[in-house]
Amino acid sequence: MAFTLEMALLALKKFNAAVEEKKDYLTDLDSAIGDADHGINMNRGMKKAMEKISGKEYGDFGGLFKDVAMTIMSAVGGSAGPLYGTFFMKMGQKLAGKTEASTENMADAMQEGLGGITSLGKSQAGDKTMVDALQPAIDALRAGAPDGEPAAWKAAVDAAQKGMEDTIPMLAKRGRSSYLGERSIGHQDPGATSIFYLVSAFRDAGTGQ
Amino acid sequence: MVGILIVSHSEDAARGIAQIARGMSAAIGDAPIAGVGGNDEGGLGVSVAKIMEALADMLPKCDGILILPDLGSSVLSSRGAVGMLSDEDAAKIVIADAPVLEGAMLAAVEASTGADLPAVAQIAKEAKNLKKIDH
Repeated sequence: MAFTLEMALLALKKFNAAVEEKKDYLTDLDSAIGDADHGINMNRGMKKAMEKISGKEYGDFGGLFKDVAMTIMSAVGGSAGPLYGTFFMKMGQKLAGKTEASTENMADAMQEGLGGITSLGKSQAGDKTMVDALQPAIDALRAGAPDGEPAAWKAAVDAAQKGMEDTIPMLAKRGRSSYLGERSIGHQDPGATSIFYLVSAFRDAGTGQ
Repeated sequence: MVGILIVSHSEDAARGIAQIARGMSAAIGDAPIAGVGGNDEGGLGVSVAKIMEALADMLPKCDGILILPDLGSSVLSSRGAVGMLSDEDAAKIVIADAPVLEGAMLAAVEASTGADLPAVAQIAKEAKNLKKIDH
């Protein structure tokens, strides 16, 4: 069983539903250390991305993720716009021409997307950002690939969750929260939290949950 | 001529700063100076698409473009917009690490004299050391 184009559409739908449901929670996390807009911004961006792709026929992952990327970059309004936009754009470029992806393909594409995030945000592991949830998730997905999709995606979601929780004691080095210095310690990073929802959405769609 | 693009979280701020910079430099020359800002619903924020539109409009008229972002998402969004361009166009653009208002004014004056992009970028960067009040 491979990750199909239909599953990607479903994953985006589930991610949109998750940011809609967790909009206030994400904004609360962001109001502690950021500018209190992550939930509202992600909700607006994903909603517009869903409007853009709904009813359209896509021939490959590349076209689908490019539309999502361009919409998010324009509609989100905060740093999450270019960061998530670049993630989806690079993922789409890596999967261009494909309608099915193996778990290894997905890990490769997500790694490409993460490369886009780090080159744009100059962020590293441990900076209290999206990267801290995403890199462990990709590593776990790749390591779990030989065990089959359900086990690999479960490992990826578990790693994203742990990565998200591990941001709590970190000192923020990027973005608005870095202006707070020591006061950023003790708060969970909103970007790492939305990444946990994204990886969960991929898992749910990819394993029929 | 080098063009200057102000990117702010506020459309009013971006346009206002562009207007001030234009006012300061108009007597010297006619460097293209534009300002974009706000999210795509008109609220505070930054839209990569708006930056891309402004760059597409300016590129044919300019030998180079200096982008002056206010901070945070404006920097990331500017990088994102430049990343979407061809390598040839992207090579004509520099994103300045400079105070946006002071940098825009000094850069506009420099650009209006016909200076090249590295010179305009350098002067914007030096605006960090500009003393406003002598004590």
